[in-house]
Amino acid sequence: MRIEEHPVLTFQRGEKVKFYFDGKEIEGYEGEPIAAALHAAGVRILRHSHKKNRPRGFYCAIGNCSSCLMVVDGTPNVRVCVEKLKAGMRVETQQGRGELIAKD
Amino acid sequence: MLKTDIAIIGAGPAGLNAAISAASMGAGVLLLDRDEFVGGQLIKQTHKFFGSREQHASTRGIDIAGLLHEKVKEYKNIELRLGATVLGYYPDGVITAEYQGRLLKIKAQRYIVATGAAEKSLPFPNNDLPGIYGAGAVQTLTNVYGVLPGQRVLMVGSGNIGLIVSYQLMQAGVEVAGIVEAAPNIGGYLVHAAKIRRAGVPVFTSHTIKEAYGDSVVQGAVIWQLDEKWQPVPGTEKDIKADVICVAVGLTPLTELLWQAGCKMKFVSQLGGHVPVRDENMMTTMPDIYVAGDVSGVEEASAAMVEGKIAGLCAAASIGCSTGEFDELRSRALSQLAELRSGPAGEKIRSGLKLLV
Ligand SMILES: Cc1cc2nc3c(=O)[nH]c(=O)nc-3n(C[C@H](O)[C@H](O)[C@H](O)COP(=O)(O)OP(=O)(O)OC[C@H]3O[C@@H](n4cnc5c(N)ncnc54)[C@H](O)[C@@H]3O)c2cc1C
Repeated sequence: MRIEEHPVLTFQRGEKVKFYFDGKEIEGYEGEPIAAALHAAGVRILRHSHKKNRPRGFYCAIGNCSSCLMVVDGTPNVRVCVEKLKAGMRVETQQGRGELIAKD
Repeated sequence: MLKTDIAIIGAGPAGLNAAISAASMGAGVLLLDRDEFVGGQLIKQTHKFFGSREQHASTRGIDIAGLLHEKVKEYKNIELRLGATVLGYYPDGVITAEYQGRLLKIKAQRYIVATGAAEKSLPFPNNDLPGIYGAGAVQTLTNVYGVLPGQRVLMVGSGNIGLIVSYQLMQAGVEVAGIVEAAPNIGGYLVHAAKIRRAGVPVFTSHTIKEAYGDSVVQGAVIWQLDEKWQPVPGTEKDIKADVICVAVGLTPLTELLWQAGCKMKFVSQLGGHVPVRDENMMTTMPDIYVAGDVSGVEEASAAMVEGKIAGLCAAASIGCSTGEFDELRSRALSQLAELRSGPAGEKIRSGLKLLV
């Protein structure tokens, strides 16, 4: 959910853009962290852990803790709490460890 | 290879002040931050600050960041690079940074590490469920990006951060189900606690979280009471429904670069964990590395700013920069720091620092 009115703050948001979460089209504001756009759209599960397949969300939101790694435009292990949203991005739930080197 | 007199890692309140002070002494400064903006933790702080006028008391944290940024821009001898993540320190005194998809090599005569601190976590069953977030993270989401974390929050920890974030969440229209505090008393300042109490939020002192539960995202938690030996008391469990659990149990210094560089480190729990051994001038055991702010001990922004000034002045003086006012500026900053740490509120920090300097 987005805050529309706030007693102290005003929010400067970028342009409204479309992007894809696991293939589904959703909207966010350009330049905000991908995790913020997902959260606003109700998405809280960002990946599944590699040993026990447990759902994970973000934790620190400043790029420190690695809880929020997702696959963005094919690149795994992207910290979506600090990676900025761009129009048309394809964001996918990451399963386990991301493969750094593509298999043929 | 980029060459500079002083490279500063981190542009939070400590790093910004270090840059301004070093530049005012005539040093060439390269100021780096991995974020796309300056200010560090300040940018999510929408409440008015404590401290003396010189440390911007009664200005909001986000506005302090803006003021310092303007000042940095006035100096032609400060080069600011944002989106630059410093990765490592090498034995030849070179650091590397990732910047715009490239690897930068930087050689400075002095480094000031002002990387701040990270939020701690807390061990309890299911603490990894989505919806369980650091309090600072929730503050970032809410205050910077205007996205609500959920509808009903359980706060764990009643220090200043737990209290302030609870209050800010209520301002933003989120219900706070309660604040859980393991100690018998509220940890934060009375002013903050009073606001919370007035709003009718229950504070469960001598309580801790037993477990969180939820089917793939958090739906609530069971809390229970602690006896005077901090042992949980079976039979005192309470079930609290919440779609967000905020963990506000303190911060720990982000010291990786200092470890890697070989600075002598010491564990001081009063300062948040492992911290660098350093002298009064904020010089570590490596003569080319200075520190300032939360990385040298978790404190607050006013102290971080003054430490930044001291580190900036002394690092610049150590490479031969000078100004007639150096002695006066340095001793004024040192006494400001002593004043900030005076009184009962500074007792924890004072006892921690005794083990270090
Ligand atoms: C919720 C909350 C409320 C607070 N309220 C108050 C208050 O009322 N009064 C008060 O005085 N203090 C308050 N504080 C504390 C204050 O915010 C911190 O003490 C202060 O920000 C510390 O400053 P710093 O410059 O050391 O670190 P930070 O502000 O954490 O800045 C560190 C910077 O370093 C950057 N960085 C880290 N690693 C790297 C790297 N490898 N490469 C490049 N850059 C890097 C980070 O991006 C960041 O910008 C509060 C803190 C919080 C979380």
